[in-house]
Amino acid sequence: MREEVSVEEVRHVAELARLAFSEAELRVLAGEFTRILQAFAKLNEVDTTGVPPTAHILEVKNRLRADRVRPSLPRAEALQNAAAVKDGSFVAPPVME
Amino acid sequence: MNFEAVIGLEVHAELATETKIFCACSTKYGAEPNTQTCPVCLGLPGTLPVLNEKVVEYCLRAGLALNCRIADYSKLDRKNYFYPDLPKAYQISQYDLPLCRDGFLRLAGGKTVRITRIHIEEDAGKLIHSPEGERYSLVDYNRAGVPLIEIVTAPDLTTPEEAVEFLEQLRRILLYLGISDCKMEEGSLRCDANISLKPAGTERLGTKTELKNINSFKALGRALAYEIERQAELLAEGQTVKQETRKWEEAKQRTLPMRSKEETEDYRYFPEPDLVPIELDRSYVAAIAATLPELPAARKRRLIEEYHLPAYDADRLTAAKPLADFFEAVLRHYFNPKAASNFIMGELFRLMGEAGMAPEELTVNPAHLADLLKRIDEGEISLTLGKTIFEKVFRTGASPEEVIKAEGIRQISDPVWLRTVVTEVLKENPQSVGDYLNGKVQALQFLVGQVMRKTKGQANPQVVKDMLAAELARLHF
Amino acid sequence: MELCDLTLHEIKDLFARKEVLPSMVLEAVAGRIREVEKSLGAYLALDLDTAFTAARAADARFQAGKALGTLDGIPVAIKDNLCQAGKETTCASRILQGFVPPYTATAVQKLLDQGAVIIGRTNMDEFAMGSSTENSAVKPAKNPWDPRRVPGGSSGGSAVAVAAGEAIVALGSDTGGSIRQPAAFCGVTGLKPTYGLVSRYGLVAFASSFDQIGPIAKDAEDCALLLAAIAGFDPLDATSVRGEPVDYRQELDRELTGCKIGLPREYFGAGLDDEVRRIIMTAVEQLEELGARVVELSLKLTEYALPVYYLISSAEASSNLARYDGIRYGRAAADRAELAAYYTKTRTEGFGPEVKRRIMLGTYALSAGYYEAYYQKAQQVRTLICREFAEAFRAVDAIVTPTSPTLPFRLGERLADPLAMYLSDVCTVPVNIAGLPAISIPCGFVRGLPVGMQIIGRPFAEGTILNIAHQFQKVTAYHRARPNGAERGEQK
Ligand SMILES: [Mg+2]
Ligand SMILES: [Zn+2]
Repeated sequence: MREEVSVEEVRHVAELARLAFSEAELRVLAGEFTRILQAFAKLNEVDTTGVPPTAHILEVKNRLRADRVRPSLPRAEALQNAAAVKDGSFVAPPVME
Repeated sequence: MNFEAVIGLEVHAELATETKIFCACSTKYGAEPNTQTCPVCLGLPGTLPVLNEKVVEYCLRAGLALNCRIADYSKLDRKNYFYPDLPKAYQISQYDLPLCRDGFLRLAGGKTVRITRIHIEEDAGKLIHSPEGERYSLVDYNRAGVPLIEIVTAPDLTTPEEAVEFLEQLRRILLYLGISDCKMEEGSLRCDANISLKPAGTERLGTKTELKNINSFKALGRALAYEIERQAELLAEGQTVKQETRKWEEAKQRTLPMRSKEETEDYRYFPEPDLVPIELDRSYVAAIAATLPELPAARKRRLIEEYHLPAYDADRLTAAKPLADFFEAVLRHYFNPKAASNFIMGELFRLMGEAGMAPEELTVNPAHLADLLKRIDEGEISLTLGKTIFEKVFRTGASPEEVIKAEGIRQISDPVWLRTVVTEVLKENPQSVGDYLNGKVQALQFLVGQVMRKTKGQANPQVVKDMLAAELARLHF
Repeated sequence: MELCDLTLHEIKDLFARKEVLPSMVLEAVAGRIREVEKSLGAYLALDLDTAFTAARAADARFQAGKALGTLDGIPVAIKDNLCQAGKETTCASRILQGFVPPYTATAVQKLLDQGAVIIGRTNMDEFAMGSSTENSAVKPAKNPWDPRRVPGGSSGGSAVAVAAGEAIVALGSDTGGSIRQPAAFCGVTGLKPTYGLVSRYGLVAFASSFDQIGPIAKDAEDCALLLAAIAGFDPLDATSVRGEPVDYRQELDRELTGCKIGLPREYFGAGLDDEVRRIIMTAVEQLEELGARVVELSLKLTEYALPVYYLISSAEASSNLARYDGIRYGRAAADRAELAAYYTKTRTEGFGPEVKRRIMLGTYALSAGYYEAYYQKAQQVRTLICREFAEAFRAVDAIVTPTSPTLPFRLGERLADPLAMYLSDVCTVPVNIAGLPAISIPCGFVRGLPVGMQIIGRPFAEGTILNIAHQFQKVTAYHRARPNGAERGEQK
């Protein structure tokens, strides 16, 4: 694990997460991350060679549903929470291609 | 210097399930925008996916048909990226443990194309792009959550032709399996291609480009050909190929660089915590294997061996399962493979073509065609007449028997009636009769013609000819 | 004591004896809300008109002798991260302002089916990320025992509402302690069920592999009743577990003789407030007097729980919260000119600082180059922590720890320092990592501030921990103390 998290890394992560921060905020975050991740570096003390990762604490497997159609939402309800609607569709910023 | 192309395909096929992969919404194509959505496929806060069992089954069918190893243990993962057609801002897909891997498909020429993996994932919604000048686009989530299998090949293809043949063979197989309707124009079969060039004979791989927006088999061939030429020129000029995603422009018949969704393609895959792993026990897989239909290649081989058909016939008849099924059904009622094959490839295909009828829409009763072929072989009706009758059978669904009655077509091979016509003709043409008796054999052909005219072509020319010859022989002595 | 200070089971007895009708209970609750809500901020939304209609319908059922179920006519508060059709659900976040779900969470539907009277939606840390309810984008909730102090979080509003008599019982959600820690801080009883026991369908996701919905009530018996009402397999949640419905109330009266309880050293070491330690040890002696055999044990990996929890939960959160993009629902940026800018503006305006911090941390932990070092490593250590608990539970029936290492802290005290805030969860997160059931019960007071004891059980052994809690509450009065002065109990 890393010692220092740079402002550049934080900026890159913010871009991935679609979040914007001022330069000042980025510096603060970089500092916090450095401290948090240094504290978390503790994990390296644990020998995990050959240990499988746990994504699920459950033993449950193969939870499948039958392929049976049930009614969809009335379109009005599907659209009711949208910020903008046009011609029965959701409105998004322009995308070319 | 000349180059060899190294081509790999990434094929997405929509599965023909009733419902979406993670919710009970219908997958029917062509519904009004956003009328086939629910809280789950809209990605509303608090909703959870539940996997459709048919999706697993269909993916295994494809995997088994393409000679894959089926995983004992598989899981789903999240592929994270932002785009308006992706409701949850992640696609539930499979990353490191796909359901199927390490398969292959053999091309007609015998070449083996390796299949790296087949995995299941959800489709995204449809974006209606901004009309010119407009500052927005519209999103329809009907397609969001429609199940897909993604089939990835190794870079084993070397020419556009090979790539197209692979995709055609693959489509045939998926259709035989009944797991996708594979309509490229409706987007239920999509194909991206990776292509790079390497100096002929060397192993050194060049930089590859990824081609998208390929909407037909023809487009696949054209796009690859174009890209091979483009890359070859760059390399010839000592320039380098840029690793990028390029879009095929059908109108301009060219590829252009595409702006990528994520400036930084970092999908941050991780195991989907809302779904539990899939563990496939052997008996379940075996049960699915047992239900696989005979696949195109095998069936073609069998048609050649069992019915001694030419490879060409066998290939056309196995192009679609319903056609091959129809052909063999006809044979069960009346066994004359070559005649049936000819009639189907000639008449039936012509009529289907004119009607714009897809193989799965074929409704003709095989017993009717069998009956017709039998009547033709037994000389009861001529081939020409047979075709006329079949056209009616094809359009109305009536049986040949019914058509013959309705059209007042006489039982023309009835000898009594035919003999009277023959006697008439002999009376009316003493000249020709004389010529014949004096050794002018070709006069016989003229007399046959006369009989055919009188019977409006309904008589069987061979039968007529024999009868005339017999009559004339009697006159001779 | 007023009706609103009674427990669910006490009120049911009054209903049974026809001495009281649902609308009378709601009157009392509504009266209390009028008195204290302004100063406590337990609710984000109150729906008293609907509640009274429901209560009167319940009245009619009782008069006709046709009561629906356990919860018929009982005023219940639900956390604002549980969807209910037609009710604005915001998770105390600006980004969900105005979001009205077209569907109802399974747990909430079960309450409605049994006639529960839902009075409102409770305050919380934004998207359940926090330990003080100070991360609510709307307002902080206050601790009814001392309004200058935090009620804990993230289910602070639910705990406050129950403690102050603004509701009889409430639903909360617990991802790293969000039911147990506020229950401890507010002097009420809160249970975090085994992962998979209660359907998560309709619970707005924070960290999918940890989240569970659970009851917050005035005692263990009420928790048993409320848990039985919401537990059970749900075909809409692939991670919910099949199993026979359990009447947890049946389990309450077993004696504790022969019951083995473990005290993990690591939970009683540095960082634990001395007075909290003293109170917990007294409570443990109480359990011994009840016949339990108490043994010391060691859970060596405890110190790694916090990083494991924060890495995995933040990673899952960064993905779960990516869907808030201003297109299908929720608050949206005004300017729709350019896609990336629209996303960024919508999310930057919509999320609060702590949520952003977790999204950033999680995105970082999953991003190229760091996945193995952080996310994967955390998942491997998670495996070892699960094994360690499993091992411990071969020797004991339950594990007892403090719920929080400290007393309720002052508002603002830990806001400046995220790490210090994260430390509030040090005793509770290991339970979520292993998906175990745990309950927090009041076990004493320090300077008028409640202290909570956490009892952890084997997977699906809710019966066992409820039994221990109930037996303890049969011989103690801490759970009967009310912040409004009503019968505070001589322990104080
Ligand atoms: Mg894909
Ligand atoms: Zn749906």
